[in-house]
Order: sequence, then C-alpha cells, then structure tokens
Amino acid sequence: MANVTLRNVRKTYPGGFEAIKGVDVDVGDGQFCVLVGPSGCGKSTLLRMVAGLETVTGGEIDIGGKIVNQVEPADRDIAMVFQNYALYPHMSVYNNMAYGLRNRGMKEDEIKSRVEEAARVLELSPMLERKPRQLSGGQRQRVAMGRAIVRQPKVFLFDEPLSNLDAKLRIAMRVEIRKLQRRLNTTSIYVTHDQLEAMTLADILVVMNGGQVEQVGNPLAIYEKPATTFVASFIGAPPMNLMSARADEIKSQLGGSAGEAGIVGIRPEDFVITADSPAGGVTLPLTVEAIERVGAETFVYGARAHDEQRVAATPGELPPGEIIVRIPGTAAPAIGEKIRVAAVREKLHLFSGDGRKRIEA
Amino acid sequence: MVEEEGFRRYVAHIILWIGIAIVAFPVYIAIIASTQENALIANGQMSLLPGGHFFEVYYQTIFVGTTGSTREPVGTMMLNSLVMALMIAVGKIAISIISAYAIVYFRFPFRMPIFWLIFITLMLPVEVRIYPTYKIVADLHMLDSYAGLALPLIASATATLLFRQFFMTVPDELLEASRIDGAGPFRFFWDTLLPLSRTNMAALFVILFILGWNQYLWPLLITTRDDMQTIQIGIRKMITTSDALTEWPLVMATAVLAMLPPVFVVVVMQKLFVRGLVETEK
Repeated sequence: MANVTLRNVRKTYPGGFEAIKGVDVDVGDGQFCVLVGPSGCGKSTLLRMVAGLETVTGGEIDIGGKIVNQVEPADRDIAMVFQNYALYPHMSVYNNMAYGLRNRGMKEDEIKSRVEEAARVLELSPMLERKPRQLSGGQRQRVAMGRAIVRQPKVFLFDEPLSNLDAKLRIAMRVEIRKLQRRLNTTSIYVTHDQLEAMTLADILVVMNGGQVEQVGNPLAIYEKPATTFVASFIGAPPMNLMSARADEIKSQLGGSAGEAGIVGIRPEDFVITADSPAGGVTLPLTVEAIERVGAETFVYGARAHDEQRVAATPGELPPGEIIVRIPGTAAPAIGEKIRVAAVREKLHLFSGDGRKRIEA
Repeated sequence: MVEEEGFRRYVAHIILWIGIAIVAFPVYIAIIASTQENALIANGQMSLLPGGHFFEVYYQTIFVGTTGSTREPVGTMMLNSLVMALMIAVGKIAISIISAYAIVYFRFPFRMPIFWLIFITLMLPVEVRIYPTYKIVADLHMLDSYAGLALPLIASATATLLFRQFFMTVPDELLEASRIDGAGPFRFFWDTLLPLSRTNMAALFVILFILGWNQYLWPLLITTRDDMQTIQIGIRKMITTSDALTEWPLVMATAVLAMLPPVFVVVVMQKLFVRGLVETEK
C-alpha cells in the first residue's frame, strides 16, 4: 500500500529532446490512476520512469514516502504489465509467475501457494504447465497480470496492456482489471491512448500532451469541465465540437456572457435538433452531410453556413467546421436536408482564444 | 511444398536418386575397399561387393595402426580429433555468446570500436595469420598439446555476429521484465538468454564441430608427436608411403571412421539444427 507522488518530474534525452517537461501527479493509496494522451505525449516514458526503466533527469519520484529516483526497478516494490506481455517464452506459466519470487529468495511452498492463488483468481489453473506460445492472447495477458499479482507489490504499472487484444476481449479484460484492482486495493498507474479505457478505469485521470499534464482529476469532472481545448477534444467520442466564439453568428447569440472567450465548445450529445432558440444558448443552421447509425444512437455530420470561422482544436481530429450531433435512436434527417441544432447555455464550454484556458461564465 | 502429380513427380525423384548415387558411390567404394585384401586393391582387381576382412581391417585400424607411416592406431587419432573439435565448438560458442552479450546489452567505452575489431577478424582466418599465431603458441609452450590445437581456433567473429543478431531480435521488454523480477545481468543471461539461444547454439555446434573436425593445416603445423596427430593428418600420412605399398584397406577404413563423428553429430542434432536455422518464434 503506497502513495505515488511525482514532483516536477522531467526527462530530457541525450539528444536534447524533452520528453517530459515537469509533471506533478499525486496518486493516493489504492487509487487507480490512468495516464492518457496521444502517441508520443510522454505517458509511457513517465510510467517507465516510475518503474525505474528510464532515468529521471529532474524532479522526484516518491513511492510510499521514499524517493526512488536512484533505486533499481527490482527494489522499488512495483510490478509491471507490458504491452506485449513480455512473458519468458521458454518458461511454463507457473515459472513465469514464480521467477520474480525465486529471485527474491522466497521459499518454494510460499511461491506455490501464491502462484496457485493467483492462477485461481485469473482462471489459469489448468494451464500452469503450458508454455506462453500455447496460450491465446487473452490468456497471455492474464499470465502477465498473474506475474504482477503474485509479487504483492506496492504499485501496479500497466503499459497499454490491452492494446494487443481484439475489441471484445479488451472490454472484458478492462472490467476484470478494474475488479481485480478494487479487490487487491493496490495503487495502480495505467497508460493508455484509448480515452474510453481511461474514462472507465480511472479514479484519477491524467491527460497528457507534448510531455506536459493538461489536466488531472476525476474522469467525469474532466469530461464535464475540460480545462483546455485539447482535453475537450481528446476526452469524449465523438469529440467536442469547437468553434470560434468571435464569429458573428455565435457572438451575437452569446452576447455579453462570452466575455473574452475565443473558442466555444459543444459536445455532440448536447445538441438537439429543434426549431427553437434557447435563450443564452447557441443555435446553428446546418446542412446534413453524413449520417452514421450505430443502433442506439445516430451521429449527424453537418456543415455550417460560414465555413471560414471554424477552429480545428487538434489537427486531423475533425475536418474543420464540421459539426457532429449525436441523437438517440435511429430517426435522423436526410442527407442534404437543412436543419437547426441548438444547445442550452449550461452546456457550452468557453475557452480562451489559444485554447489553453477554460473560462467559467 | 509444391504438390506435383504423376509423371513430373517421378522425374523429380529419378533426378534426386541419380544425385544421391553420384554423391554416395565414392562412400560406398570406401566402405567396400575397407573390407578387402590390400593385394586385390593394389592389383586393380577390387570387387564391388564387400570382402570378408571387415573385422580384421577395422580392428587393425583402430587399435594397431598401419605398419609404417603413422605409428599410432587410428583410435588415438580419433580421440585427438574429437577433443580438438569439441574444444573448438564448445569454446567458440562460449566465447562468442559472452562477447555478443557484452556488445548488445552493456554500454561501455569503445563498445562500437570493439565490435568492429571483432568484425574485422573475419578477414583474418588462421591461414592468413599463421606465422604470428604459431609464434605465440610456440612461445606459450603449447606445441603438441590440445590447448595449442584448439585455442587459436576458438576466437570467432562469425559466431559472435550470429549471437549478436539473435540477441537484437529478443524484445527489450524481456530484459525489462527481468529487471523488475529482480534478475541481475548474470541471471538474465543464464535464465533467459541462454535458454532462448538453445537452438542457435545447437546449429552452431553442428557447424563448428565439423569445422573443427576437418582442420588440417593448423594441426599439421603444431603437432609433431605421433600421439598428438589428428585423423585428417593421419589419413594423409597413410597414403604417402615412400617405399612400401599403401595399405588401402586401412586408409579406407580410416576415411570411413573419419566420416562417422560428423555424421553422428548431424543426425543427432538435425532437428535442433534445422530449427536453429529457421526459427522465428521468440
């Protein structure tokens, strides 16, 4: 049981590339912390620094009240689950789990009871004598989990552990990981680029971008009040619609309350197709360009009349200016139809012009 | 494997059998000749069917030796060759796997220059550096010894490179998992890298054993004592007899005996050998 605290942690590679530019995160005892961000944002590097696999250029990493910057990975009392599982291919499942314990000089009967207990929990008991290559992807994943569990470490570290599994298995394993972590009540840090995984697993969500923390907090709180346009568009699928608040069309509707806001964001589900114009809210005329029906809900992609006023939050995220509206059910307007969508005042997210600051109206 | 039907398949098989016959016939002759009387062979009247002197000839070859030139039974020569070939094969594997481990997994000053130095020795086989190598072995008083026979041939760039290439395909995560599991450099090498290299080592062993077994020039230079000569040298000495008749049955028996250990090694290790050459699974 331990807290993990990162204080102004930095990583600069010998070439001068700054991978981590000063990160402060505090993970409480037994909490599940998820680091999420796009590829290359430094989340894996940060996790590997906590594991001790990467050196720390600056700042402090504190596990359970002890600064571990100079401590070997084996002595940090952590266990890590790798993306490709990193099972020892020549060892049986049993030995894969027992190896770390043997290296610590644990007695063989204690090892046996721990491995068998972990195997029982993970439903691996019939496979203890098999080699990793005789297992399916999901089973290998569970062996990797088992190897972490038997150690009974202070902290679990997960480096995108589900990204090699197919979609269905990924969801099942996600739930299993969460249940297991709740039961063992072990502090965990989990890296993923999948925002859905991040939302569902996290007690604390850390959204990272470009080696920096964009926002830390409860996942729902982040969803409801994203601190920057990056977070706004990264968390939530499909992403939040971001528009320039300076556009005449929107400015006139927002009135004085917009203040110094430069960008206004509206989540797809906060729009309703309506002829009314809610006071203080935003109403947009759209031309329907595409429809996606996924069963329980339908996504409507519409183009606004004034193309030039769009804001692309993150390049490549959305064709600029396209507005996504999420409506329940399958009843949807036809392609080419002109519709009006509206969002009420409380559902608007206002940001400064550079997208770096949230403005509370 | 391409499935071939009827006629084409027979043609392929006939061609293969012709090939086998061409390769195997000299071997057959050697075996036949080793069971005949020398006088018959010398007269050119050798039959193509086995003669009746099998046990007699082989007994004499292994335990007594020729009456003239070699002065040692072939049993001694085989032992010498075996010791040399094993020392070379095992020594090369041991040295090169350790040096490859150092080059791939450790950051030390002049790592790349050292790697290139090893690489460059590929261009300097024993035949090229024979004088300095002989001088060193002589100065170390290792002439006429197993150490002298094997040591200069143990250093091997080829095997080092092969292990280096293999180690570079081992995922980094295995090393990292080992570090987290509390395995130091030695444990990682012993518990993970060695077992994973098993098939590579087997393939190398087969190649290196045969290479060592077939050494000719180096043993010829550094062994002068009769009881240190290897079988390859022995065969050569048996054929060139200045004033006596070459004892062809004994020569042929020696040749057959010289073939056996490599054949044995290949047959026994064939499975591992093939896997070592084609394996991709990590």
